[in-house]
Amino acid sequence: MKYLLGAALALAAMAAPAAPQALHVWRHETGDLEMVASAKAVERFNRQQSRWRVVVETLPQGSYQQAVTAAAMTGKLPCVLDLDQPSVPNFAWAGHIQPLEGKLRPAGADALIAGGRSTLKGKLYAVGQFDVVLALYARKSVLQKAGIRVASLEQPYTATEFRDILRQLQKQGVRYPLDLNGQRNGEWVTYAFSPWLQSAGADLIDRRTFKVADGVLNSDKALTVLDYYRSLFDERLASRKPVDEQAFTSGRAVFNYNGSWADSEYRKKFKDDLLAMPPPAFGQAPRIGAGSWQWAVSSSCPHPEAARQFVEHLISAKEIAAFSMETGLMPTSEAAADMTPMYRVGGYGRDYFEFARRFAVLRPETPAYPLISSSFERAMKEVREGGDAAEALDRAVEAIQQDLKRNRGYGF
Amino acid sequence: MASDIKHFGHARWSEVAALLGPALFLFAAFVLLPFIMAVGFSFTNIKLLQTDKVEWVGLDNYTRMFSLKLVEAPAALVKVQQNPARQWRQLKRADPVAFDGFQYLTDLELAGSQYLVGARDPQFLRSIVNTFLFALLVVPLQCGLAFAMALWVNQKFRGRVGLRTVFFSPVVTSMVVVSAIWGLILHTDAGLLNQLLRAIFGEDAAQPDWLGDSRLAMLSIAIMSAWQGAGFQMLIFLSGLQGISNDQYEAASVMGASAWQKFIYITVPGLKRTLVFVMLSTTIMAFGLFTQVDVLTGGGPRDSTTTIIFHAVRVGFREQDIAYGSAMTLFFFLFVLLLSFGQKKIMERLGS
Amino acid sequence: MSRSSEGALVAGKLLHLALMLLAGIVFAYPMLFMFAAGFKPSETIFAELGSPTALIPNASWTLANYRAMFEKGSIGAYLFNSGLVSLVTVVAGIFINSAAAFALAKLKWRGQGVALSLVIGLLIVPFEVLAIPLLLIVSKLPWIDIGTGAIVFGWLDSLHVQFVPFLANAFCVFLFYQFFKDVPDELLEAARMDGAGALTIYLRVVLPVCKPVIVTAAIILFLGMWNQYLWPVMTVHTSEARTVMVGLQQYYGRTTQWGEIMAYASIITLPVLIFFLAFQKHFIRSVVGSGIKG
Repeated sequence: MKYLLGAALALAAMAAPAAPQALHVWRHETGDLEMVASAKAVERFNRQQSRWRVVVETLPQGSYQQAVTAAAMTGKLPCVLDLDQPSVPNFAWAGHIQPLEGKLRPAGADALIAGGRSTLKGKLYAVGQFDVVLALYARKSVLQKAGIRVASLEQPYTATEFRDILRQLQKQGVRYPLDLNGQRNGEWVTYAFSPWLQSAGADLIDRRTFKVADGVLNSDKALTVLDYYRSLFDERLASRKPVDEQAFTSGRAVFNYNGSWADSEYRKKFKDDLLAMPPPAFGQAPRIGAGSWQWAVSSSCPHPEAARQFVEHLISAKEIAAFSMETGLMPTSEAAADMTPMYRVGGYGRDYFEFARRFAVLRPETPAYPLISSSFERAMKEVREGGDAAEALDRAVEAIQQDLKRNRGYGF
Repeated sequence: MASDIKHFGHARWSEVAALLGPALFLFAAFVLLPFIMAVGFSFTNIKLLQTDKVEWVGLDNYTRMFSLKLVEAPAALVKVQQNPARQWRQLKRADPVAFDGFQYLTDLELAGSQYLVGARDPQFLRSIVNTFLFALLVVPLQCGLAFAMALWVNQKFRGRVGLRTVFFSPVVTSMVVVSAIWGLILHTDAGLLNQLLRAIFGEDAAQPDWLGDSRLAMLSIAIMSAWQGAGFQMLIFLSGLQGISNDQYEAASVMGASAWQKFIYITVPGLKRTLVFVMLSTTIMAFGLFTQVDVLTGGGPRDSTTTIIFHAVRVGFREQDIAYGSAMTLFFFLFVLLLSFGQKKIMERLGS
Repeated sequence: MSRSSEGALVAGKLLHLALMLLAGIVFAYPMLFMFAAGFKPSETIFAELGSPTALIPNASWTLANYRAMFEKGSIGAYLFNSGLVSLVTVVAGIFINSAAAFALAKLKWRGQGVALSLVIGLLIVPFEVLAIPLLLIVSKLPWIDIGTGAIVFGWLDSLHVQFVPFLANAFCVFLFYQFFKDVPDELLEAARMDGAGALTIYLRVVLPVCKPVIVTAAIILFLGMWNQYLWPVMTVHTSEARTVMVGLQQYYGRTTQWGEIMAYASIITLPVLIFFLAFQKHFIRSVVGSGIKG
């Protein structure tokens, strides 16, 4: 009798639902649309199961990298956090995030396009719900009036053709016809302009071994790209220091080289008049960057299984599609894209998806990336301010090679 | 009572401990200790995120800072290539092992021949020059301005409180906002300053590129820094001025002294200590210039505004090489320490 | 008074007024711009930048930016955190630093010279040098949790991590030191004769006499704490203990609406201005001289 009672009580205790455990997540703060969409995704996860309750902390974007670095150094990272893709290999090499392999590999990871995954030496470390694409924006009516042809996926502008177009516009009286967002610093520079190197046949570093930048970053092809970049400023085709970010929307500039995050703002203003064209090609096909904010699991996470569940939820086709529809950002899987009116075949955003599939190149997946990016950014800055391209690139290469030497090649 | 002496003298240890103790403890824990750690870092190859895989490298970081290489440029090369940076590049391509790690810094003419100087970190060496230049510009400007402001505001007139507040307002405003607004004022095309020049001197007036011209950028930052910091120094001067007792001025009035005489014989001597303090602290703060450069120019154009601390932070935080960054900041500390002592000695000698 | 000297007086006054106005514009322009911009819709801010009418209220001025901030940002909480941290720093800091300066300036004891040199040396060390090691230290220190009385390890994500490392301020110590050195010894001797210990002398005789320096130190400490940015970013990640400057960054990243940013910046500049205004009327001539006589 006592035994039966005991067993009954034990059974009852096991059957009673335990209070959901907290799963800590950090994300960077950004525009309202994304924040709301993100919050809704979390809500849906919390509702769909009762074992875990995701608790999100949002940190300011401007200092996100420093905050996460400081937390990593003191072992205070949350279970799940979002990271800007190019910094993932660095965090992985430092041991702060764990590989999403084996039991931790989220289902659906294989369905993602290249820009939705981040790996180091073949192991998966982060996955993303959306990606961003670089585009050359213009307005149909303006191009028509000036007699300029519209670039298409099959027939993008060549670099020389594009510069001639800009010169022509300048002769017609347009001041600074191209807005290159010259005042933006930081990762934007490498993100936006290293694809030009790749389009010319050069690169930031040799991707076969990840150990050599000399002859790659300062090759003659790379020099032509930087000379071209400099000429845009020297000839005043683009402004070194634009007063604000409204040159394109206010009609001062004819072309704007920007990320597709600007699409919703531009489309609201220009509606069907808006053109999103591929960037100019520098000899080979045009190239664009890839990889935006992605989700990773920290090494110190006490319940990685739960983390995997949450991440899996985020990259399911349904969730990606929902996120995309609420923010306008591009989905990272075709299945999801087909579910959205903007990115399905025939939708006005499908071009972006095609750009990504055809032209996207991830930034080099090496722990040396922060240094590579910072060196490249410095070289571009020097050239933009009137420096010599060869000198600038040599300096960047020197810095990268020395760093690789000091760190024994980062284990490659 | 037994240990008390006639003049205000020796104190008991317990008293000293009670008064000095808290501050000393806080300094030891939160300034001295991290400093010693930073010194330790400078002898290793520690990276920002990797506080475990650390190796001792001895003086490597220090040699990196100061390594120089002097080469004579062969006459044949000089004839073909005028640009010294390109000359260096040629030599390096020809002998990569000997030139490993060295980049072009500058060139000299010695005894008729062309010499090229390379360094392992030319930006660091340039940053020392830049920092000196900045201090030379900003210290007289800021201290002079602050002194004038304090004297002005110390007089009795209507609106002195308002003026005092106005002078102090740049200090109070957030650096981000100040830099953003100054960035707009100094903008080459649409900026207020250049527009003013156009208004005064006509459409053909010179439109300097305040932040984009490597010769002007440091000057612009110096002016902005002086403008922003003068109010702070003004406060110090004010408290010094308040310390000069009224009686001295009254006695001087009774003796028929003019305002100028009162200034020379009462105010200036009374402010000697304050003056030394202000010049010293302004110099120290000037050497540590970082935030304005970070926000306005990012070290450019062409490295002309890169200061020692800016370079150290860029290397340490952004390129993650905190060992090297620590070495540079240690050098900075010793450098400024020596300089400050030198300055203090000179000023005290001049003052007496 | 003769006509010409009267005229000269008026001319002098006018010149003075003109100078005041010029100085006012040169120094106050950015701050006034910031305040004005907080009331403008974001699109018009840059358009009007060059024109002198930028500062004059007109029809387009609105309260929308301010309203958005209170609704969207948690500025109330951040203001409270910043205020608390800054005020505690000021009160504790004044005592800690002036006491130390007193011991250095007026008492005689072995090792005094060394201690003084140490403090001056500390003046030079810029914060960026110490940031990383300090972070490592602070993440391991123990603390007594006020709520539960338990001992916790690690100071991160708290309010105390933001000010405790900065209570002892070499600049303030030096400031007080310079001032104390000028205080005549007779005052202190008199008190010593009456049998007072060093502590009492410090509290009763020295402190009351150095009001202008206390005010200056208070303003410096308050300002330093209020405007602090890098350290809070590194040590406080959660929004509970977040302060106002980090919150500004939050705003910066969230919107390119300059109107709202300026409104936020205006709100966080006001407390310091008020603090300054409240304290600066204590910049009156001190009574050191009369202390000797009476």
